[in-house]
Amino acid sequence: MTFNKTILAVSLMAAASAQAAPSNEEIWQKLLKMQEQMADVQQQNQQLKVENETLKTKVEATEQVAIEANEAAEALVEATEGAVQAASLNKTSIGGYGELHYNNLEDEDGKDKKAIDFHRFVLYFGHEFTNNLRFFSELELEHSLAGEGKPGEVELEQAYIEYDINEQHRVKGGLFLTPVGIINETHEPNTFYGTERNPVEKNIIPATWWAAGTMFSGELAQGFSYDVAVTSGLKSYKKTTKDDGTDVITYKIRDGRQKVAKAIAEDLAYTGRLKWTAMPGVELAVTAQYQENMSQSTDATAGSGTLIETHAVVQRGDFGLRALYATWDLDGTGPKATGYDEQTGWYIEPSYRISDYFGVFARYNEWDNQAGNNADTEYDQIDLGVNWWPHKDVVVKLDYQAQDKPKGGESDGFNIGLGYQF
Amino acid sequence: MNMARLYKINSINLVTKLLGIILFMIAFSVDARGVYQTDKDFLSEAFNNEIPKSKVVWNKGQIRENISSILGHDYASLRIRYWQDSSQSSWILEEVGKEKPITFGVTIANGKVEYVKVLTYRESRGEEIRYPAFTGQFQQAEINDNRLNRQIDGISGATMSVRAMTAVVTLALYLTETTVIE
Repeated sequence: MTFNKTILAVSLMAAASAQAAPSNEEIWQKLLKMQEQMADVQQQNQQLKVENETLKTKVEATEQVAIEANEAAEALVEATEGAVQAASLNKTSIGGYGELHYNNLEDEDGKDKKAIDFHRFVLYFGHEFTNNLRFFSELELEHSLAGEGKPGEVELEQAYIEYDINEQHRVKGGLFLTPVGIINETHEPNTFYGTERNPVEKNIIPATWWAAGTMFSGELAQGFSYDVAVTSGLKSYKKTTKDDGTDVITYKIRDGRQKVAKAIAEDLAYTGRLKWTAMPGVELAVTAQYQENMSQSTDATAGSGTLIETHAVVQRGDFGLRALYATWDLDGTGPKATGYDEQTGWYIEPSYRISDYFGVFARYNEWDNQAGNNADTEYDQIDLGVNWWPHKDVVVKLDYQAQDKPKGGESDGFNIGLGYQF
Repeated sequence: MNMARLYKINSINLVTKLLGIILFMIAFSVDARGVYQTDKDFLSEAFNNEIPKSKVVWNKGQIRENISSILGHDYASLRIRYWQDSSQSSWILEEVGKEKPITFGVTIANGKVEYVKVLTYRESRGEEIRYPAFTGQFQQAEINDNRLNRQIDGISGATMSVRAMTAVVTLALYLTETTVIE
């Protein structure tokens, strides 16, 4: 039994030994195979390296393309923004305003007025020569049709060059609006109540009033500004001969506007204004003007003239108030003899803004161009009305007026207006 | 000497004196139109000298429509930059007054205006809008339905500049509402 086991063990060991020890040839063959496999792996590795390099190059190229695309987009954005901003910074600007009026007034003196009139069509042209030197102009067609025998006029109301002396002071030369009153300089129809401009500034100041000369303007302190001007003056002396051959001499201020149209510049006018706007919604101002001779020396008795005007404009919240007083003092014997030595007027105008689109107002006006006499020459007028702003720069107006004329006459009725500015 | 001649001499003297006073004022005047504060100084002040990296709002889609509605016209830029930290955001925005763009700086915290400043003023009128008496009206203002929740009292003769500032503050509040609280 033991012998058998021994034989079995030796046989198994021999078999195992035969399995674990391949021949040299087998080993050689295996080595060759392994060498081939190694070569394949190396080749594959080499291919992977090449592919990796290619991918890397492609990624880098893609990144470069992305960077360039981003830079191109950035450049495009900047160029577009630059073009838009350059367009908005155009050195030449235009603007304007206009107003169409319908008047329906019954006049006890038989001068009923039922008329529709494109009262003003105005174009502004401005140009910036440099940041501190500019030109501004206002060209107006009044009453639609101008020319000989036509109802209207073409008027150059502003044309000046303005120079910023420094950051607080500027000087202008040319033809410009006189710094006086509330509506003389700011009279776009959407900025005031009432279809027609108020009669006090029209007849006493007299708005719209422009002259040629030079003016310094600037700030004295926070919200405190000044204007000082030397300009051409009024020529208020007017002589008309009636049918019966008698002469009528007047010195009405409004008739004195020469409009810088071959205007006589014998006697200049000196104007100064101080304005306070330090509180939001409030403007207080006073203007004084002195003119050496109110007839431009065409009448020996005209004498000099002095205007004092003061006003307040308040717009706090929905409530508004405008109040103005103006008076002319003509010191010659001619005006004294006819009552034109004192020409005075005032008005007060409360208003209420119902919404962004609607506002209502009431105004009491009183004026007299011959306040120096003892006769009844005074006008007074009550206006009540509404403004509708479908857009902040467009307005439709409706108002009622009741005017009491001297010696008891009346002119009552309503007005409708359509106005715009841009 | 006749009276007219006397008046003429007196008035010439008066004008000469006035011109002298003006020239004196001009010689000693400082600080008005122009650059009141640089963008960098405004941001340094707003963020205590630690200006965060700027972010951008793209002026497109619904945002573009709302911006146009607030301003009444398109905003002349494709991107609007702003600066924001954990407590506030600051915006530097431009809007034309009458003819020229005015640069405003607006800082907003908790959906309300902290303060607004005029950084650069280029118009020839209306520079009074830069004064604290006027800009103070915007403090703590908010918007409801893209409209400012309060009425701003204007400045006579500066209507367009006042409009521009009101529109820009409304815009800054809107942009803050739609982009910063995300």
